[in-house]
Amino acid sequence: MVYSLAATTLTVAAPIGCDTSSAEGAEPRAADASARPGVVVTGNDEEMLVLEVTAANRVVVRLPRVEVGQGVTTAVAMMIAEELDARLADVDIPLADARTKGNQYTGGSSSVRSLYGPARALAATARARLVTAAALRWRLPARTLRTHDTMVIAPDGRTATFGSLTGLAARITRPRVSSKPKPPSRHRVIGKPTTRIDARDIVTGKARYAGDLHVSGAKPTVVARPPTLGGKIRAVDDRAARAMPGVRAVVRVADGVAVVADTFHHAFQARDALRITWAPGPLAALSDAVIRSRLRAAVPRLGAAPSGSTQVAGEFEFAFVGHAPMEVLTVVADVRADRAELWFSTQTPMDARDGIASAVRLPASKVKVHVMRGGGSFGRRLNHEFAIEAALVAKAARMPVKLMWSRSDDLRHGRMRPATHHRIRASHKGGRVVAFAHAAASVSEAWEREGAAVQGGVTAVVRRAGGVRDAGPLPSDGGLYNFGRLSGDWGGVELAAIPLGAWRSVDSGTTRTAEEIMVDEIARGLGKDPVAFRRTTLRSRAVRAVLDKAASAGSWGRPMPAGHGQGMAVHEEYGSCVACLIEIDATDPKNPRVTSAVMAADVGTAVNPRGLEAQLMGTTIDGISTVLSAGLHIDRGAVREGSFDDFHYARQRHAPLHFEAHIMPSKGEPGGAGELGVPAAAGAVANAYARATGTKPRRFPLNF
Amino acid sequence: MPRYTFDLNGKPVTVEAPADMPLLWVLRDLLQVTGPKYGCGVGVCRACTSHLDGAEIQPCVVPVADCAERRVTTIEGLADGDTLHPVQQAWLDRDVAQCGFCQPGQIMAAAALLRRTSEPTDADIDAIENVCRCGTYCRIREAIKQAAAMTEG
Repeated sequence: MVYSLAATTLTVAAPIGCDTSSAEGAEPRAADASARPGVVVTGNDEEMLVLEVTAANRVVVRLPRVEVGQGVTTAVAMMIAEELDARLADVDIPLADARTKGNQYTGGSSSVRSLYGPARALAATARARLVTAAALRWRLPARTLRTHDTMVIAPDGRTATFGSLTGLAARITRPRVSSKPKPPSRHRVIGKPTTRIDARDIVTGKARYAGDLHVSGAKPTVVARPPTLGGKIRAVDDRAARAMPGVRAVVRVADGVAVVADTFHHAFQARDALRITWAPGPLAALSDAVIRSRLRAAVPRLGAAPSGSTQVAGEFEFAFVGHAPMEVLTVVADVRADRAELWFSTQTPMDARDGIASAVRLPASKVKVHVMRGGGSFGRRLNHEFAIEAALVAKAARMPVKLMWSRSDDLRHGRMRPATHHRIRASHKGGRVVAFAHAAASVSEAWEREGAAVQGGVTAVVRRAGGVRDAGPLPSDGGLYNFGRLSGDWGGVELAAIPLGAWRSVDSGTTRTAEEIMVDEIARGLGKDPVAFRRTTLRSRAVRAVLDKAASAGSWGRPMPAGHGQGMAVHEEYGSCVACLIEIDATDPKNPRVTSAVMAADVGTAVNPRGLEAQLMGTTIDGISTVLSAGLHIDRGAVREGSFDDFHYARQRHAPLHFEAHIMPSKGEPGGAGELGVPAAAGAVANAYARATGTKPRRFPLNF
Repeated sequence: MPRYTFDLNGKPVTVEAPADMPLLWVLRDLLQVTGPKYGCGVGVCRACTSHLDGAEIQPCVVPVADCAERRVTTIEGLADGDTLHPVQQAWLDRDVAQCGFCQPGQIMAAAALLRRTSEPTDADIDAIENVCRCGTYCRIREAIKQAAAMTEG
């Protein structure tokens, strides 16, 4: 059901509500998404996707999601353009402000899945009303009219733009043509490789992020933070800083001292002039070696192996990894006695607004959160502690602020993918795997004094941002392979003050990567080719198909020079699956280069294959980085890395010279895709490295 | 406070700023030219990459005093009116950007490379240090090669 809202322009709304709280990682299932357009909901347009056709012939849909590079605005614009027969260039997808109800959560690779049904229903309804309006105006049978390029066209060639019809269409209650979305066979936009709608703004420098906003009076602000995680202020001498030119305010915050100044140059200089005595944080006695041994000890025991079986076993360790989005956390905050207004990029704007309201002691209804495009996220913007911090600084300084974390703040005090330890054991008998056990342990965040709200934490998503998954015995909830009896468990090491967060693909980034490495080692143990072994043991036909596609497109098994190797891995999640074939040059094992990546993905209907390819490309770089070089060390309670100089994320010289992505044809409901590729890429990089070097990769990143 | 005059994207500008103030903050905070982005402040991530007299610089580590009487070009000044620079056009054609935040710097680095060499090799492209956390590198490589071909033609 789609509603008409009272308006002088055609404005229709389709429900996208979701019963699950956004904090729990709402992840509607495909079946719900297809059922939803038929659901009757009354009332609050906050819970809806709203489409307006303006008199200026713009089609505007205010999107309750955030754009952080994943291409959701382009995908939704395509869905709207498809069903409305509008030109893509006439569709605007601004990001909705924080709402009070409904599902405004961006995460768990759920956006396209949750919007595919409502967005198309919405646009199809709007189209029917516009056609009916034209029929009335022209006194022609509605069924004789067609739509194209944001216009209604009569058989005699007359045209009327949607904008010219919107007033009349707003009064139509009974459309005279079908309001149903097109069958996939008539799709012209959905499924067509399409350039991002914001590409031109980006390449001309016009795309605006929070830090680019010019909000009147908002002063550049930076924060002096403790050298250790969770360190506390003992004493502050801010006299020198306050006396510096351009300094407007110096404010104590929970975890540091904020300096508000006329420019970021003045703010940084004054920050560096603060004389602060810090008390060490609660982890000051702790370094990586201890964390690793505690994790190892926390891995639950694997049960007994089936009698008479042979074991292939391995233990895997993953270091902490920062999100490090290119746009550091930045918030413009204007907090007054009776209201607050903030601008920042967030995946959880509703939770953020509530957290900010409670921190500055205002009713949530008095806090406005404008959701900005983000310069990357990778899960970082699920949390919003930085926005709460900015609101508190603005309140204390009694002036609007533009608060920015420095890159070293981001790496040393930002959130991290938790370090993990995995113990995996496969048991085979008579050439077949009869049992597969995987027990893991992860660092988890202990809440000492602050609740989730103060931290800006969404605790539920820290470990399970992937949302509802099929319950399975393995830590990965995998069950991808016919491996007989599956068993497993999670253990944890709770550390106070360690800032953790969901990192693109969440647990799968470690659990499934480790499992894919083991699959190669099992194949080796059985004397089988890793691809042939996967083909015979994978449960799902769809996964076998992507495996075969990647293997044939990437010439699996072709001869490789000494020191080079191929590696394959697969992954299935979010209603999608993917295979990745990596070729690596590891003639210098300390400085390996992935030379080629070939991926094949089945995501159901791929709304924008060009955008999907971009996501797969990005996850390949994530796999390369996290397996080979990028991690964060903990030295005596502090994160060692402070910039991209020592946090070794892949650069151009580490990226594959050859990349191709194959997208399996499908008319099915769209699956999730943003995070899908990470475990397959990471597993394939590790497997390629293993085959090139004859080693068993165990601790990641390998060169750390 | 000292005053500095320089050419910014084809127009003379004068700012009052401390001599050691990095060009990045002069551009962003004093002149509201926000194409060059802060990503590290230490010349490592190169999100701010711009041109000084046509050569690549990282404005986060170049003091404004060094720019006096010189020509500063940011992403905003790369196109010729509505006609995109070949590198921008190639970026658009290849749909390089994801989040877009590093792309002004990537584009300025690529444009500077093409000014140095009209036929960049893979090794030349590999030498670009600009970080893209979304991992758009493969499309960046293709786009640079396309731009090189367009420029030649």
